Amino acid sequence: MAIGTLAGLFSGLFGVGGGSVIVPLLMLWLGYDERSATATSLAAIGFIAAFGAAVQGLYGNVHVLDAVLVGLPAVGGVVIGAWLQQRLSARWISLLFAAVLVASAAELVLR
Amino acid sequence: MSAAIAIGVAAGIVAGLLGVGGGVLFVPGLVLLLGLGQHQAEATSLLAIVPVAIVGTYTQNRYGNVRHADALLLGVLSLAGAGAGVALANALSGAVLRDAFAALMVMVAAQLVRRVLRDDGPHAGSSRASDA
Repeated sequence: MAIGTLAGLFSGLFGVGGGSVIVPLLMLWLGYDERSATATSLAAIGFIAAFGAAVQGLYGNVHVLDAVLVGLPAVGGVVIGAWLQQRLSARWISLLFAAVLVASAAELVLR
Repeated sequence: MSAAIAIGVAAGIVAGLLGVGGGVLFVPGLVLLLGLGQHQAEATSLLAIVPVAIVGTYTQNRYGNVRHADALLLGVLSLAGAGAGVALANALSGAVLRDAFAALMVMVAAQLVRRVLRDDGPHAGSSRASDA
């Protein structure tokens, strides 16, 4: 119950799925293994994001066309990513992605 | 339009590869490349996440990894939190929200690095190949 409330707050506040909160908490508090945690988290995120988007819609903040243009290609990307995951080490990609995140964060703040 | 598609493909690949949700890339992409405000980017990101989560769940479900009762319970319980989060986001200024989001990105980056370091530890091995 605490996980759900925390994840929802986080997701609504930041416009993200909430997986970075749900996954570690499912593993830490409920003893999930990583695979079940990510899978179960994904299913919960579907509800959370849909509801959050609906509420944001009431505020008039949702750009539906942009969401479709970004969201549909992302579905294809996920399939490619999952395919790649079976074939290469996530190590360097994780580090590279972490660097991209930090650089984008700096760009957001300093711009 | 092509920038939007590029953001989507890139975020999707990273999500599928690393198990980090698309939102953490959708939001900065929408702000930096498409020029949306922080509030609009977060709102739009939430909607864009929905199809990704549905397809991801479908795929994971075929592998038998989804615990349905817990997922449903989590999803339903988090609705109140999500509503409160959206209200809070809209009560904050774009600048404050943007700085908080930047902090979130650094946190996710730290989580990724920690995972890599953990994988390099004594238990590193092939069992982590499908991590995420």
